[in-house]
Amino acid sequence: MIGLAKSAEWLREARIGAKLMTFGVCYATWIVLSGRFDAFHLMLGVVSSAIVSMTSSELLFPDVKYANLPRMVLRFFLYIPWLLYQVFLANLHLLYLTFHPRMKEQIDPQIVTFQSRLEGDMALLIFANSITLTPGTVTIYVSVLKKFTVHAIDDPSARALPGRMEEKIEHIFA
Amino acid sequence: MGVISFVLLLGGLVFYAGGSVGIIRFPDVYSRLHPAGKLDTMGLFMTMSGMALYVLSDWSISALLTALKIMLIVVFIFITSPTATHAMADAGMRAGLVHWSRK
Repeated sequence: MIGLAKSAEWLREARIGAKLMTFGVCYATWIVLSGRFDAFHLMLGVVSSAIVSMTSSELLFPDVKYANLPRMVLRFFLYIPWLLYQVFLANLHLLYLTFHPRMKEQIDPQIVTFQSRLEGDMALLIFANSITLTPGTVTIYVSVLKKFTVHAIDDPSARALPGRMEEKIEHIFA
Repeated sequence: MGVISFVLLLGGLVFYAGGSVGIIRFPDVYSRLHPAGKLDTMGLFMTMSGMALYVLSDWSISALLTALKIMLIVVFIFITSPTATHAMADAGMRAGLVHWSRK
């Protein structure tokens, strides 16, 4: 029992999960970009992906718990279609504003600040980038204390913050 | 397949055109970043999906690899474009630029 707990501890300490995931991502990218399936090129890919995942796994997966990493990645991939749909809506709205003849009466730019309750750098990064990609909002600044400064193009998009997006991202990292 | 990729390419070009017009028409730096950061991303996504579909229309392994490479472009732009927008908005804020408002 103690040995099992100890090896679990060791796994977390050595970040094996994060390293394996980094290796997978690197190797998949390698195969797609090389496009050669002979033993030499595949082995070359294994060696270089292994080196990269040994040295810099904390770039892709900083300070995450080993146990819930696969679930997190799965939930992130489920989040992407929803984000794409939101991006599409945002773009239709912006396209409408751009070609509106009296555009300056339609827009009402304002700067909104709010406090986020997300935890971890990765969650904040995804949230900031998602805000920039979706309806009428651009992230200007995120402070260390998780205070977001956001530029909104009109009133409805300012009122929609932080809204459902934060809940969804919180769910990924729950 | 050809028709779908044609429609996607055309739609993407509309978004690109909207982005360019938006950069000229919006009143200040911050609001100009909206079309620059968003419409370009959408235009790229649509044109690249159109091209990937066109490549895939005669099916083979190498065509699949090419399509995957094209979609990788989209992935990287989806990560970097908001970051660049964010950097420009932050630079404007640090320089003390006041945003345009209706009053």
